[in-house]
Parts: sequence; structure tokens; C-alpha cells
Amino acid sequence: MSAIQPLLSVRNMTHTWDGVHGCRDIDFDLFPGEVLCVVGESGSGKSTLLQAVSYQVTPKFGSVWYDTRDAGFTDLARLTAAERRMLARTDWGFVRQNARDGLRMQVSAGANIAERLMAIGDRHYGDLRAVAGEWLSKMEIEADRLDDTPQQFSGGMQQRLQIARNLVTRPRMVFMDEPTASLDVSVQARLLDLLRQLVTDLDLAAIVVTHDLAVARLLAHRTVVMRGGYIVESGLTDQILDDPQHPYTQLLVSSILQS
Amino acid sequence: MIPAHVHPAAPVERDPHYNFGYLDESTKRMLRRALLKAVAIPGYQVPFGSREMPLPYGWGTGGIQVTAAIIGANDVLKVIDQGSDDTTNAVNIRRFFGRVTGVATTESTRDASIIQTRHRIPETPLGKGQIMVYQVPIPEPLRWLEPSETETRTMHALAEYGGMHVRLYEDIAQYGHIATTYDYPVMVNGRYMMRPSPIPKFDNPKLDHSPALMLFGAGREKRVYAVPPYTSVKSLDFADHPFTIEQWDECCDVCGSTNTFLDEIILDDQGTRRFVCSDTEYCAHHAAGAEDKKEPAQQRAAAARVDASTIGHIPAGAAS
Amino acid sequence: MYVAVKGGERAILNSYDMLDDYRRGDPALPELTLPQIQAQMPLAVSRVMAEGGLYDTHLAALAIKQAAGDLIEAVFLLRAYRTTLARLGSSIPIDTARMNIQRRISATFKDVPGGQILGPTYDYTQRLLDFTLEANRHTTPLAPADEPLAAAMPRVTDILQHDALLQAEAPLPGDPAPFDLTREPLSLPAGRDARLQNLARGDEGFLLAMGYSTQRGYGNTHPFAAEIRYGSVEVELFVEELGFSVTIGEIDVTECQMVSQFAGNADAGPQFTRGYGLAFGYGERRAMSMSLVDRAMRATELGEAGDAPANDQEFVLYHTDNVEASGFVQHLKLPHYVDFQASLELLRRLRSERDAHADTAGVAAPDASTRPAPAPAPLPQAQEFTS
Repeated sequence: MSAIQPLLSVRNMTHTWDGVHGCRDIDFDLFPGEVLCVVGESGSGKSTLLQAVSYQVTPKFGSVWYDTRDAGFTDLARLTAAERRMLARTDWGFVRQNARDGLRMQVSAGANIAERLMAIGDRHYGDLRAVAGEWLSKMEIEADRLDDTPQQFSGGMQQRLQIARNLVTRPRMVFMDEPTASLDVSVQARLLDLLRQLVTDLDLAAIVVTHDLAVARLLAHRTVVMRGGYIVESGLTDQILDDPQHPYTQLLVSSILQS
Repeated sequence: MIPAHVHPAAPVERDPHYNFGYLDESTKRMLRRALLKAVAIPGYQVPFGSREMPLPYGWGTGGIQVTAAIIGANDVLKVIDQGSDDTTNAVNIRRFFGRVTGVATTESTRDASIIQTRHRIPETPLGKGQIMVYQVPIPEPLRWLEPSETETRTMHALAEYGGMHVRLYEDIAQYGHIATTYDYPVMVNGRYMMRPSPIPKFDNPKLDHSPALMLFGAGREKRVYAVPPYTSVKSLDFADHPFTIEQWDECCDVCGSTNTFLDEIILDDQGTRRFVCSDTEYCAHHAAGAEDKKEPAQQRAAAARVDASTIGHIPAGAAS
Repeated sequence: MYVAVKGGERAILNSYDMLDDYRRGDPALPELTLPQIQAQMPLAVSRVMAEGGLYDTHLAALAIKQAAGDLIEAVFLLRAYRTTLARLGSSIPIDTARMNIQRRISATFKDVPGGQILGPTYDYTQRLLDFTLEANRHTTPLAPADEPLAAAMPRVTDILQHDALLQAEAPLPGDPAPFDLTREPLSLPAGRDARLQNLARGDEGFLLAMGYSTQRGYGNTHPFAAEIRYGSVEVELFVEELGFSVTIGEIDVTECQMVSQFAGNADAGPQFTRGYGLAFGYGERRAMSMSLVDRAMRATELGEAGDAPANDQEFVLYHTDNVEASGFVQHLKLPHYVDFQASLELLRRLRSERDAHADTAGVAAPDASTRPAPAPAPLPQAQEFTS
């Protein structure tokens, strides 16, 4: 048995808002530096899972534990709203499907990236600007776009900017909700490549929700497959995709091969 | 322009139909409780049941309600707008209090126990025991960032002020300077972010560790807040773009002052301009004192130009 | 040397005299009397009472006369007066089912118990200017009808409720006293009592526009006017010492109940839901608009989409008050020259720096953008710090 502490532990978690849709009996661990993909069709409950695990809604049943920097392994239900909000702004990132929902569209790219640093007390304009500039180049955006607003960026650039905005405080865990779904196919590949690089460089743990098995194949160490609110299969990504056991997973994988 | 036959204004008579201070006693009590809470939590916006007043919302009803709640028969009241006692709204408010309290009024900053103000802090330093009452249009410093009241209250509760520095960052990126020149946001007591009302940033330093009590009233938005005496009030800035105040090349054309906020007066079609102290009482007082020295205004202006070399300067006769 | 202008106080006093003169007009004409305004402009009086939040036709008429016909100014006068009045107590809720009907219609049924009573309405007139009104017109007194109105005029909504087709409106558990906006500031989310009070005092034009927006697709309520009634109701006060309630007067009110469909959810089956409007005096447009906006603000509570402006409680409730709105819009007339001076100083500085940059060819300052400035650069703090 590994002695490594999980970064995140989800136990018996169920969340539904109308008694019908949602996620049920969710159980998994996420380790530091590990990428977990949650794969399913629309209506499978994967987005609800993400919302509940990141405590944007309070799960109806079950618990979510996180290895906080100050207080160790803690049940998130025990934290105050203020503490959870602080966690979300420093040690976590949340990348939304639509970059516009995760950016300040009226404010420059530089300010978008530097905001989290300003929120935790950084007060040197020159340094903030320099850090923002570094992140822009890490995200393969030209340095001279620093003062442009995201309105003037392409969809792919906006998404990369959203990611930079989330990573600037060096979070240990990032939640991603369909990060490539709103992008052109040609742009998706480049973004996935970049994400894969970042995850390794920054030792990021991530939970990535997607309907696209290719995303799982490229990014994730482990994958869980969801259907009707339940996890029907989980394991190493390659195993799941090359040798699916559950009939539903087999169906998913085979439809990919055909198309 | 004003016909000779119009009589000069007689002092306003106390109107016995109205309670002292216009508001009923339970309303005054409610306001004082809110003010006590505000003083106990410097910079925090306390909601209060703002009443309909005989002056319109947006014209100082918050300040008027605060003054009405705290004023007593022995107080001496000064009312200014744009730094002057003689502007129409200041006159109107002073007349209102004359009518509903009969309390003594003054133009002298030194002699006043309560000073109600719109858009300026007097140049004469305030003393212990004096109370400034500020008229506030928009109390919420985060309103530009977040229109929702529920969200801004949460942001204050959690001290989530990063967004405000985003605004300053943007200014520097776009203009090379912080572009806010009045109603400049401050941190009070190291905890709450506050709007000091639309005073020019020139006046912000006067708030820091002042011996006077500062009360802020927003009638339409129904909030009061306060800065107790000797409280830290720091204007937001960056370490490499520190907060600076305005300066002029000219000095006051009337009293020669070089360290007060100056109003610009356009005199003719050619754009001839003069600069005069915004604080008319300070100016008159200073001019009366300086007359003994018989120093012509032009010489004082020349002296001011020689010393003027710091940043934040307008070149004299700047391109219009 | 510059000599400061003085004389603000005299100017103000002169302006009072000029205003009086403006309001009175040609002294050769007979002066308006309050009874004339009360009797011959009852709809203006109704509006001022509703938005002023005070039922007193005499005072409303006085306010209208003093305000020279500016109804929002008249509302302001009435509101300010209301602040000075002592509170003696609260009445029992008025019972509109026992209204002395002058007008009562329903769009949901062809006929209803008690009948459709048109009453004094502009609805079926042709909007042609009647030039006979240029001179005083002789009016014959109204002859009484052949039959009296039916004694029983149950509210249509009560009938629907009886069949459980309409959501019942129950008081909150413990029947707490209703929220009073004139005593406490609004806090969000606001309860239905606070919302209805806010709407009842709200500007008719704003309510009309917001209600209209819900019909045009900004919101999805598909309303029906179940009932509109206008007439007089008794105001009763419960007197502790006597142990029973006493009628202290009668007021005219206009009531509108709109019903809209509701699909139901896990707990409740499908039903009609209500939008409610009530106004002092005769104010049908107002009551109808109010009921549309009331229903629109219930959208999220009823599980509907709720993304239209009329569904946004914060947006609606903070902008209904025309006294507040008028004050703040018009306060821009107050001197702002100190803040303007500050903006002017900054603008000059920025322009001179820009000119200086243009002179020194091609060398950009270290932290200024290397891209040409977007044209035209917005004036600093265009909106956020207005005062």
C-alpha cells in the first residue's frame, strides 16, 4: 500500500437538486500531480460531480476531504465559507468551458493574470506586470498582448488566458469543466499539448470533466466513466480505453473508433 | 445683477412646527445606534432606515440626517460645498438647520463643532472634539466592479479587495498613472476599504490619524460609515507607484497660498484664468493675515514656480 | 485681482419669488383651488397618493398645486410630509372582497357572479380630442341604475383558489408583522411583503415599462387578468381598550390580480400563480403593471429561468423609487467644480505627456504600452465615481 497521502478524497458523495438528476455514491482519491478525467455523455452527472467536489454547491450526502496547506487533511464541510473561498482563490483553480465566464472581459490580459496576486497582497506594479508577462509567454501568447483585453483575443487565446489566470498562484489542484469543448478542433490539440506540459512542469493535480475520450487519452493518468449519475468504471486511462470492461464503456470506446 | 431693492437675507427663524432637528426622536435614536456601530467598526458600511427629507436624494440627505441625529442646542454648525460656505446648496442646508434647530452657525472652521461638507475637507487643520459630516453619493468602493449588493457585502466580509487594485493596475497600464483623482479609495484601520466621498485626492491625507471624528452619510443608498479619531486611513497605491496629491504652478490669486486646493476661474473669452483657494474661509483668513506683510501676489507666484519641480504638476497655461 | 462672487443666499431667495410667480401665472386668471384639483383631477391625485405612500386627497391636491402640476415633485412633497407624521397604529388588512364596487371586470371568464361592471373608464372611448371641453360643459347628473349591484361579488381568484387551481397566499408561519420600507432599509433577498410595498410606491412609468418588458419576451409569464376592481373599502383599527375593531374611514383602492400558469415541481402539481397589484385611488394601469412585475420577481422562487431584467429583484427594487431617482439624476446640477478641476488637472497632464512622447521620436517610456493608444482614449473614471 502506498504511503502517499491523497490530495483529495471523495467518499459516498451524492448530490442532486431535483431528486432525479445529479451524481450518486461517488468515491475516489486524487493524488498530488495526478490528472483524473471524468468522462460521460451529457446528463451523466459529471458536471454536478465537479460542482459538488469543488464545493460550489454543498453535497447532499457524503464528504470531500482536501489536504490543506495549513491544517492538513480536512473535511471541507468543516471549513467556513471564507476559508473555502480563500482556498478556491489560492490553492485551487477552476477553468470553465467558456473562457468568458472565467475572465474579466473588460480588463487587460495582464490585469486578469495578476488579479489573484493582488488579491493576496502583492503591491509592486512592475513585478506584477513582469509575472503576468512571463505567464503570457508560458501560455504561448505574444508579450505585446499584455495590455489588450480578452475581447480582442481568439477563443483559444482566451482559454489559455483563463488558465494562466488560475495558475498564477501555483495552485496544487485545478478543476476543469470541458476545457476544450468550445474550441475549434485544430485549436484543441494545441491547448491539450500545453496543458499536458503545464501539468508536468507545475506538478498539478487536476480533475477534468469531458465528454471527449481523446482528452482523457492525452491528459489523464486515471479516468472514471459516468453514466446516469454513477461511476460505472474507473482505472488507468490506457486500460479503460484499450480494454474496457463495462458494457457502457465498451460502447463509448467503440463509437470513438468508428468515428 | 441682483437688484438693489432686494433685502439682504435675514437670519432664518426657528420653525416651531418641527421637532428639533426635524427627525422624530426614535429616528434619531436609530441613526445614533447605526453611527455607534459605524464608529466601532471603522470603514464598515452600516445600513440604516433613511427617511424622506425635505431636500432631494442625492443633494445631501445622508449628511443632513447624520447632522440632525447628532446636533444639539449648544453646537456650532458650519456647512460647506466645494469648500465654500456661500454655494447655493450649502446655503440651503444651513438655512434648513437654522429653521429646524435654531443652532448657531458659523463660517469659521475653528469655531465650528460640526462641519457638514460636500466634496472638500477644510484647509484649516481640525481639532479634537470636532465632527466632520460628509455627504456621500455612492458608498460602495466595489460598485464599479460588481453591481450586486449581495456580492459586494460578501467581498467586504471576506476582505476580497483584489479587484480594486486591478482598477489601479489598469490605469497605470493605460495612462502611466493612477487615473482616480477624487473619491479615491482608502483602507481604513487596515481592514475595510472605503470611499471617502468625492473629495479630491488632495484631501485624503487629512483623513489619516485626524483628531476629529469623521462621519459619512449616504441617504439614497441608506448607509452610514465612520472613521474614529486617530485612525489609520491609507490611500491605495502600488509600492512603485505611490499615492501623490495634486499640485499647482500658480498660487492663490487672493491670498497667495501655495499649499491649498485651488479652483480655476475663467475670466474672459481669451481663456485668461486665475486660481483661487477652494476653501473660501481659509483664504479670507489667510489673506487678512498676509496683508500685514504687503507681499504682492505676483512675487509669491514667482517663488512658487521656482520651487515647483515634483511630479504631478500642471505646466502653467497648459494646452487646452 | 480676482474678487470672489458672493450672494448665493440672496439668489436663492429671489428664486423662491420667481418660482411663486411662475406657479401662479397670469394673476388675472382665477387661482386653482384644492377642491377643484381633488374633484376634477382625481387621477393625478390618485397617482400622487400612491407614490407618496399617503392617502389624503386634500394634501395630495395641495402638493400638486404647490408643484405646479409636476407629479413627481408633488410625490416628493407628500413623502417629506409623511415623514413628520406620528404613527398611531396599524390597521387590519383591508378586505377587498367587501369592496363597495365602482368597477369590476375579469378577462378570464365571460361572466362572473355579480357581473362585469364597466364603471367610469376610458377603455371604450375613442381617443378623439373633445373640443366641447374647451368651454365649461353642462353635465346632467347621473341617473341611478334600474337595479342595484349584486350584493355578492366574490373575487374570481377566490373562486379559483377554492378549486385549488390557484396557489393560496398564506401568511408566513407565526404571522409576523409586515416589513416596513419607510422604517428599515431594504435588504436582499427581499421578502414578498417588502417587494410589494416597494412596488406599491414605485414610479408608474417604470412599473409600466418593466411590466411591458415581460410581455415582450423579457420573461415568460403569459398572464391573464383574473380580476380588476375599483371602489371603496373600510379601514379598520383594532382598539385594545374596546377589544374590537373600529372603522376609522374609507379609502378608494384599485386592485388587480393576474394569474399565470405554473408547471409545478416535485412538491406541487401544476397550478396558476398570482401576481398582485394594489393602488391608492383609481390607478388601473399602475395596479396591472405592479401585478406583472410582482409575478416576474417570483420567477426564481417558482423554479423558472429568471434571467430577464424584470426577474432581477435587485435591479427592479432599487430603481422603482422616482423620488430617489429624480434626486440623484438632478443632483448633477449641483456644483462639481472641485472634482472637475481634479479631472482637468489629470487630463492636462496626460495630454502634455502624450505631446512630449510625440516630440521624442519613437522612444517609448518603460512601462507605457508600445502599441498606439486606442482612439479615442476614454476619459478617466467616466462612470464609476460620478457624484
